[in-house]
Amino acid sequence: MRFILGFLAAITFSISMSPTMASAGQVTDFRLDNGMQVVVVEDHRAPVVVHMVWYKAGAADEPAGRSGIAHFLEHLLFKATTNMEAGEFSDVVAANGGSDNAFTSQDYTAYFQRIAADRLGLMMQMESDRMRNLLLSEGDIATERDVILEERSQRTDSEPGALLREQMTAALYLNHPYGVPVIGWRHEMETLSRADALAFYQRFYAPDNAILIVAGDVLPDDVRALAQQYYGPLAPTGNLPERLRPSEPPQLAERRLIYRDARVSQPYVKRSYLAPERDSGNQTTAAALAYLARILGGNSATSVLGQALQFERQIAVYSRAGYSATSLDDDTFSLIVVPSQDVSLTEAEEAMDEVIAKFMQDGIDLEQFERIKMQIRASEIYALDDVGDLAERYGRALTSGLTIADVQAWPQVLQAVTPEDVMQAAQMIFDRNKAVTGWLMQESTEETQ
Amino acid sequence: MIRFATLIFILFTTPLRAEIAIQEVTSPGGITAWLVEEHSLPFLSLEIRFRGGSSLEAPDKRGAINLMTGLLEEGAGDLDAREFAQAREALAASFGFDVGDDSLSVSAEFLSENRDQAIALLRMALIEPAFDASSIERVRGQVLSHLRSRITDPNAIASTTFDALAYGDHPYGSYNSGTIESVTKLARADILDAFSRTIARDRIYVAAVGDITATQLGDILDTLFQDMPETGAPQAGHVAFDVPAGITLVDFETPQSVALFGHVGITRDDPDFFAAYVVNQILGGGNFSSRLMDELRENRGLTYGVRSYLLPYFLSESIMGRFSSSNDSMAEAIDLVRDEWQKMANTGVTAEELSAAQTFLTGAYPLRFDGNGPIARIMVGMQIIGLPADYIATRNDRIRAVTLEYANRVAARIYKPDALHFVVVGQPDGLQSSQ
Repeated sequence: MRFILGFLAAITFSISMSPTMASAGQVTDFRLDNGMQVVVVEDHRAPVVVHMVWYKAGAADEPAGRSGIAHFLEHLLFKATTNMEAGEFSDVVAANGGSDNAFTSQDYTAYFQRIAADRLGLMMQMESDRMRNLLLSEGDIATERDVILEERSQRTDSEPGALLREQMTAALYLNHPYGVPVIGWRHEMETLSRADALAFYQRFYAPDNAILIVAGDVLPDDVRALAQQYYGPLAPTGNLPERLRPSEPPQLAERRLIYRDARVSQPYVKRSYLAPERDSGNQTTAAALAYLARILGGNSATSVLGQALQFERQIAVYSRAGYSATSLDDDTFSLIVVPSQDVSLTEAEEAMDEVIAKFMQDGIDLEQFERIKMQIRASEIYALDDVGDLAERYGRALTSGLTIADVQAWPQVLQAVTPEDVMQAAQMIFDRNKAVTGWLMQESTEETQ
Repeated sequence: MIRFATLIFILFTTPLRAEIAIQEVTSPGGITAWLVEEHSLPFLSLEIRFRGGSSLEAPDKRGAINLMTGLLEEGAGDLDAREFAQAREALAASFGFDVGDDSLSVSAEFLSENRDQAIALLRMALIEPAFDASSIERVRGQVLSHLRSRITDPNAIASTTFDALAYGDHPYGSYNSGTIESVTKLARADILDAFSRTIARDRIYVAAVGDITATQLGDILDTLFQDMPETGAPQAGHVAFDVPAGITLVDFETPQSVALFGHVGITRDDPDFFAAYVVNQILGGGNFSSRLMDELRENRGLTYGVRSYLLPYFLSESIMGRFSSSNDSMAEAIDLVRDEWQKMANTGVTAEELSAAQTFLTGAYPLRFDGNGPIARIMVGMQIIGLPADYIATRNDRIRAVTLEYANRVAARIYKPDALHFVVVGQPDGLQSSQ
């Protein structure tokens, strides 16, 4: 059987609006009997729905030596199942005016479609099918493996900055699998097999290891009925092991590296510190680090690094601090300084460290702190304009060990952060023994550390 | 001056969305804008375009308009760059300034509670930017850094090479941020000149979506634009896309080559444009179902992604495509692209392909209207390319009106396999430059 619709022409303009409802961003959640968690985010302004299934399985859950298999499997999920031909999933989505794609991270693999709200049942029918019924032919494996190798060539091997990041991450994690790139190491990707893909699939692709997120012009009761119809019959795997990855030993030594590449014409210095992430019921430190990133390296005209390195002195053309907050295990807090033309990386790095040292001594400009607090509060209002983005927040959080209550508490946790919290968090993470410093340089440049 | 009341024309664009009502607003001062009121969220998305953009560049001043655009937010009125940024942050407003080949764009989002202050700040940036010496040097340094990065970026090399071949001395023929040489030489007077060439009332397009009434929007329009100069530089003229068929190989040491290819295309107001758009969707329209994606990626694993696209610039028109492939498979991939081009010109599309593309395009269209920001961007884009507000209601009918016979006539007209030029950056096996 295949999921072909009888009369495609009739659907295109039969999109009707449900009554306008005042609240955008209303969230409802429940669980199916087979353990599948469901989150519904309502937004009735446009007749659109985003349908996502997130699996609690990412690159960091791969067996040793099989790097890239989580992402490879993501590609393979668009191949044939017992009910659909290869490529048919995307063809049906397109034939209904929708778009679809998927993405893989260290902690999750997610599949989504964006489509007219009245097509939701069809999406669930197809997505639930490929959760359990994937076939995989050897031909599909060989061709698609070439595609992911081309993907690695394009997105990593052709980008010196991506190669530096890969080397730095590998150096930062001494034991935890976050040190292995999501796309995979090329020599391991080349050997990924059908058996590897099926093993990962059978272990992790199950309703009790998945989260369904439906966002847009839908009502929770309708979603519940459809979810029960399509996902409800799937048997759970049961007894899924807790996601305990190898953890980091005490990090005792600073790591430094230089990546040289002829394709670099703008060198820069980057530092990544090991940093805690949001933990369920305990998000304050992560919230403080989110402030710290904006204070040190948000907008260059108002951030500590930007003002010191780009305004007061002309050391840098660009500076930034980055922290993502949401992951299953310890994440990174990173600083980057792109030096002005005649400034060496040594000078740039020294200037960066001077700024950090001075900040640790002087503390936070309270006016800047209040502005950031205001911006974070306002960002919650702006966020309601993009229901797909709201859906992703839930997906990332729920596959990173957080609960719906944690997601909903996060804005208040952010508003409750004090300057003291931020300084404490800074004190904790700025330890060079738990950090990697990387220089991106041209092959010919003469500079030693 | 006599203040007229704000004039409003309402056009209901049913049946797309029952409640999407585009109001054509004319301010007391005579500025027009399109508005969709959406009071459920307490903020406004405002989109402004100035026709011309970097195509208005003065001779030998390449990059001046881009540098000027980068400086609009770096101090204005009595605020220096840092004070301006602090004021904007305190309001939790966001302003974006960007310039492309055909227009300069301003995007703003601000909360209803801060509307007047946010508009006052935005007005300062658009009417009295400081362009002070220290900001010029700082932003120039950023632009030069970006330009240095492009020297060893194969995608940038491909674009720069292709544009120079296709458009020569016309502004389209060079990268709009300029070159290291041209940007290094720019003086403050060049920035001021770039500003007066680009930012003027006679080339404004405005769209607003969010928590505001037509009368309130009328006041905002006058606040923002009343004191703006009436006119700027005359718009540049049309330029023929003029590249002989063949291959230009740029040697660059990298494991994977980049290919950028194309030939002359079709204008946005050509009666065949809709048919061309549908046909291109089938050939290389970006999703997983296109012929190029099927042949190069799904069947052979030669690339991570390939697409073709119509490029109807205001002053020139082309059909282009782009992909990356390993050095040892680039020649095979180019042959396949040529074959698909030939096949499309010779035999066109099938009834099934046409129907699937029409269903996709008509179904996807309403999905674009899913937020204040997206709707504002669509509306301002429609205005600058000269589409009426009721276009939204008729657009899908025009897509559906493309018959198989018509689609294939247009395919034969627009696809010219013998005219294709490929710029390839890398070290592909078995490929060399023509001539």
